[in-house]
Amino acid sequence: MAAPKRGRSASAQSKPGRSLALILIAIVALTGGMFASGHTTPRLGIDLAGGTSITLRAVPEKGQESAVNKTNMDTAVDIMNRRVNGLGVSEAEVQTQGTRNIIVNIPKGTNSEEARQQVGTTAKLYFRPVLATEASSGAATASPSPSTSSSASSSSSSSAKPKATGSSSSSATPSATATSQGRAASDALKAAATSSASPSATASSSASPSATSSSAASAAAAKLEAQYTALDCSKKSVQNTAGKDSTAKDATVACGKVSGVWYKYLLGPAAVDGTDVKKASAVFNTTSAAGWQVTMDFTGGGSKKFATITGELAKNTSPQNEFGIVLDGQVVSSPFVQGAITGGNAEISGSFTQEEAQSLANMLSYGALPLTFHEDSVTTVTAALGGEQLHAGLIAGAIGLALVVIYLLIFYRGLSVIAIPSLLVSAILTYVIMALLGPGIGFALNLPAVCGAIVAIGITADSFIVFFERIRDEIREGRSLRPSVERAWPRARRTILVSDFVSFLAAAVLFIVTVGKVQGFAFTLGLTTVLDVVVVFLFTKPLMTILARRKFFADGHKWSGIDPKALGAKPPLRRTRRPSAPVDPKEA
Amino acid sequence: MSKLGSIGARLHRGEVGYDFVGNRKIWYGISILITITAILGLTVRGLNMGIEFQGGAAFTTPKHMSASVSQAEKYAQDASGHDAVVQKLGDGSLRIQIAGIDTDKSDSIKTQLAKDLNVSSENIAADLVGPSWGDQIANKAWEGLAIFMVLVVIYLAIAFEWRMALAALVALIHDITITIGIYALVGFEVTPGTVIGLLTILGYSLYDTVVVFDSLKEQTKDITKQTRWTYSDIANRSINGTLVRSINTTVVALLPVGALLFIGGGFLGAGVLNDISLSLFVGLAAGAYSSIFIATPLVADLKEAEPQMKALKKRVLAKRAQAAAQGDQPEPEATDRSDDDYDEPEDAAAVVGPRAQPASRNRGRGRPSGKRR
Repeated sequence: MAAPKRGRSASAQSKPGRSLALILIAIVALTGGMFASGHTTPRLGIDLAGGTSITLRAVPEKGQESAVNKTNMDTAVDIMNRRVNGLGVSEAEVQTQGTRNIIVNIPKGTNSEEARQQVGTTAKLYFRPVLATEASSGAATASPSPSTSSSASSSSSSSAKPKATGSSSSSATPSATATSQGRAASDALKAAATSSASPSATASSSASPSATSSSAASAAAAKLEAQYTALDCSKKSVQNTAGKDSTAKDATVACGKVSGVWYKYLLGPAAVDGTDVKKASAVFNTTSAAGWQVTMDFTGGGSKKFATITGELAKNTSPQNEFGIVLDGQVVSSPFVQGAITGGNAEISGSFTQEEAQSLANMLSYGALPLTFHEDSVTTVTAALGGEQLHAGLIAGAIGLALVVIYLLIFYRGLSVIAIPSLLVSAILTYVIMALLGPGIGFALNLPAVCGAIVAIGITADSFIVFFERIRDEIREGRSLRPSVERAWPRARRTILVSDFVSFLAAAVLFIVTVGKVQGFAFTLGLTTVLDVVVVFLFTKPLMTILARRKFFADGHKWSGIDPKALGAKPPLRRTRRPSAPVDPKEA
Repeated sequence: MSKLGSIGARLHRGEVGYDFVGNRKIWYGISILITITAILGLTVRGLNMGIEFQGGAAFTTPKHMSASVSQAEKYAQDASGHDAVVQKLGDGSLRIQIAGIDTDKSDSIKTQLAKDLNVSSENIAADLVGPSWGDQIANKAWEGLAIFMVLVVIYLAIAFEWRMALAALVALIHDITITIGIYALVGFEVTPGTVIGLLTILGYSLYDTVVVFDSLKEQTKDITKQTRWTYSDIANRSINGTLVRSINTTVVALLPVGALLFIGGGFLGAGVLNDISLSLFVGLAAGAYSSIFIATPLVADLKEAEPQMKALKKRVLAKRAQAAAQGDQPEPEATDRSDDDYDEPEDAAAVVGPRAQPASRNRGRGRPSGKRR
């Protein structure tokens, strides 16, 4: 046997054990992570688990094509999420797909018809005056409420709630702007100091509804009051549904979350409509150190209405100087007002983070957004059918794998000792990563994805074929096994990389460009292609190197799959120089 | 050892081999014929587009329905006011397709159907598709196809050369045309699953082609430095040398897809599994064919048009004529070559043992073995 003692061949086959150890550690770590995370099976898609999947397509109004952008789509997803999960299911998921599609997946057991209605409609956003409010969780009510009366005076108003002011550019009263800037600073300061700053009206508010003479004195008031008293917004099921059925004209109750605490609200009739907001955006106020703010521009009619309501509210004491911004029956923000805001634009400041400000601005904008959604496809899969499809997919996978294994056994004999474990390592890695990606990025295994995984068996096995055939070619040249392995590897490696790259390219393009089922398929295909490269480099090759040292393989046992005689190798030759290309310099 | 092993050895040494490049005109002809048939089928018969592409609803009932197909058809027509197509699937469930209905109306139709068929409405799976959904999928697919083609041509042009990229592209289009043509001719239903399968062919068709090209590139590295073989000769040897691998690759790829097709078709009757695997099966077969019979001969054709290669061919032919005239066989001499471009250690090749053959034996791997006279 040749003695590959020196040069590159020694270094090329060095430390095969290290690669094997690396991939085994990776497998153990990933598997451990899988069990630790408690997600031992991949999350199943709707078509395998049963349920309803709705695909919506954003349809911009004419001339507003640019409205279909990421911000608007994200806002729409956010709103739909609230709505769908407001139906009492927490498992529903809403996600964008591509640039203009939204997928809503509702698991089995939910009223899919109601869900379909919910996601289809456009958002309803109202500004309603707050008549009363109260924290719904025990922790928050305990804290004192120092600022009930003098809202305009000093920093004693420790409200964590945001406040609305006319923006500095507007023609609001000078005093208002002056105080607002001072206050904004103090608010920000307070928010920093007391993270769970409790908002204003707690102790007094339980009594207040009876005194709300300003706007909501009507016959239905008593009934609403009872509803308000009974309302417990700390209950999850109530949070989204409390204000659901309200109409714009009537007073209503609603829940809302401020600084992480749920509040219940008694709200007056809608004063300003969401469509009255022309534009809202989150800005970072550098001049007054107020931090992130949301500025609103109103339309002509909207600014008048807003001026009226803010004028009225400013006269009241807290909490009745607040207005609730109600989105789909839920209070998303309830800023208080200090004076009539006239100029048609206003800003809401408070201890917003950038995200909060952005999200509020999106919601404010959304009511006026020219985006409607068209139902492109609705798929309802019964649990029975889903289970059957999963079953069929698994059987097909098992049969496919078995056939490939049998083929490898027949054709590569001893080499299947390498090929079959490599396939298994691939399969384990694919499974574990899919299971981890479920909670990780919301990956759900659907039928096309199962299909992709089965098809990938071929791609993975093909890499071994390329490698083994190269080795056999070398053996046919009369080399012994170990040099053959080391010579075959660089060439096989290049072929594997090039062809896997092409395969991966196809998967990546499909994943980015396409929608729906195609995406799940492309994802699995891309994942398995990457894993194929990992497995071939870190598992198959090192294992081959190690096994090439075994007598069984090195001597070319009849069953090793690399028996030189069976391969028709030439008798061993000794040469000093190795010719390369079909070159014949003498005759050139 | 299996028979393929020894065939592989003989192919490898060039003892046997089919002249793929020499007979390329025949294969081009066959391919053109198939392609024309496919295009004709496509234009004359058109594709049988599934419900997803027309808009409408497809309902799947639970297993073991007592109602017959015609009964169900009647129920569905009564409930929807549209024509319905009902299929009985392998497991006894019914698949009811109604084209052209609005997604809004589907709920009431489903309820009505459930009542008529005497099953709970919750046990009926429904697929409701708006009229533009299929178009969207198809458009996205075309978009993906176009982007992929551009990218892959650029990549192959960099990794190999533009001629190979062009040949690969032709082979790819060839595969897709054939697959679509078969769908048109046989009348298989085209669904989003079919589109998925079709798009996967992209990667696969090229996968095979790339393996052959890789070998071709390696073998033609120093082609101008010799006068024994023309580009076509070497291209032919590349195909033959990788033939066993191509067969294995295709078989191994087809086995799982075949399993999918069997299970999808045999047990579920219809559905995504079946659709994907059917188009994959057809496309894979076409892909294996095209990488061997179309892509590589095409590269050879393109290459032979190069002035350099023309000159080489002239030299080779002249030399062969001369050799024939002398009745002598050109014996390659490799003992004193200086252009050994391999950086592998010499010892790897320095296999010990008595030298039975003349030192002039030219033995690169996958290369002219010297037995070729």
